Amino acid sequence: MSYVFQFGTVWRELDHLLLGAWLTLRLSALAMVFGLAVGVAGAQAKASSSRLLRGMVQCYVEAIRNTPFLVQLLLIYLGLPSLGLRLTPDQAALLAMVVNLGAYATEIVRAGIEAVPNGQIEAGRALGLKPWHIFRFVVLMPALRTVFPALGSQFILVMLASSVVSVISAEELTAVTDTIVARNFRSFEFYFVITGIYLALSLGFQALFAAVDHALFARWADRA
Amino acid sequence: MIREFSLGEVWFLVLAARWTVLLTIVAFVGGTAGGLAIAMLRVAKSTVLRGAAATYIKVLQGTPLLMQLYLVYFGSNLLGFGANAWASAALALTLYASAFLGEIWRGCIQAIPRVQWEGAQALALGHFLQLRLVVLPQALRIAIPPTVGFLVQLLKGTSLASIIGFTELTRAAQMVNNATFRPFATYALVAVLYFVLCWPLSMSSRRLEHRLDREGIAAARVAAAANT
Repeated sequence: MSYVFQFGTVWRELDHLLLGAWLTLRLSALAMVFGLAVGVAGAQAKASSSRLLRGMVQCYVEAIRNTPFLVQLLLIYLGLPSLGLRLTPDQAALLAMVVNLGAYATEIVRAGIEAVPNGQIEAGRALGLKPWHIFRFVVLMPALRTVFPALGSQFILVMLASSVVSVISAEELTAVTDTIVARNFRSFEFYFVITGIYLALSLGFQALFAAVDHALFARWADRA
Repeated sequence: MIREFSLGEVWFLVLAARWTVLLTIVAFVGGTAGGLAIAMLRVAKSTVLRGAAATYIKVLQGTPLLMQLYLVYFGSNLLGFGANAWASAALALTLYASAFLGEIWRGCIQAIPRVQWEGAQALALGHFLQLRLVVLPQALRIAIPPTVGFLVQLLKGTSLASIIGFTELTRAAQMVNNATFRPFATYALVAVLYFVLCWPLSMSSRRLEHRLDREGIAAARVAAAANT
């Protein structure tokens, strides 16, 4: 092999890579917050008495879970302008991630809500709680506690999938690296290093979610 | 010169889907061999082997599939094999599938009660024969639903091969879009094609899981959890 690896080039661009990592972190965090909101709304809609609403949510979940994220992204970024909705790459990337995560989160949160025993809800009613309070304290919080580990791994999957939004040049780690590589052709070295950065990010998120789980839910004592 | 989006384009996309299917099959066959090896290493007696397999899974599950594709694609070029998109995509997806299938199957193997191992041991079978004759046949049953579920994830993952230039369904869509400039129609059709490929798999995975559940095999839940 006559190729000489030059990791020194990577070192010199490190501040750009760290900026890229920050952009990935921010994009993923936003997607997690909004995606979870969509998931909670979707799960609530699936528990509604309206058959039409339940069917619509089911179609959304199945459509997203059975098509690739890349196609969803391209449909939103390239396809929506012909329907009159023109988004910047960053907006399209965030929207695609939220729509994608929302579908998975709907299924996860729904599973958690279904695991809440009926007796618990009746107990809430017997105590004279308002419906909104029953949903919030008796249904949603215990449900989230049950499914928090599953949500956490789905959040990490979305963070990893965010590298795909580089194809529409949304600003994040992979796109930043693409730009540098187009200038100096050191593809292997750069992608090798940012693969390590992604690994660090997912291990970091794992540790963070474990800490959040402990801080938020430890006082709820034993998980079933 | 902008072409019309006609039946010819539709047919072109439908035909391109066979490359998606072929890439999925190649990666799944490779991933089955690799995943079996990883799963067996994960339940091996040696701590070093178990740790090595666990690290492999951690790295492959903790990094983006796109980066794995890039590293195989640019790496094989550096090693002098030339930049072949088809071979790189097949290899990268095989490595990816090995990690996920290995982790799923480890869960299935460990869901088999300890007494089954001990029973096999009482029959004077060695570790490998205990695994092959007693544990794996039982693990196989609970492994099928999550494995079919992962197949959907793998099939969707092949769309990333378009980014390194392998012409499968998504890349074909880019070509059609460049020629016709009808992005919404093109990508909506492509999404439908993916859905047609994935949905039956998702449904059968769910049905198989329900059947196991009904038969009271709680372990299916354990295996399904490993699939997220």
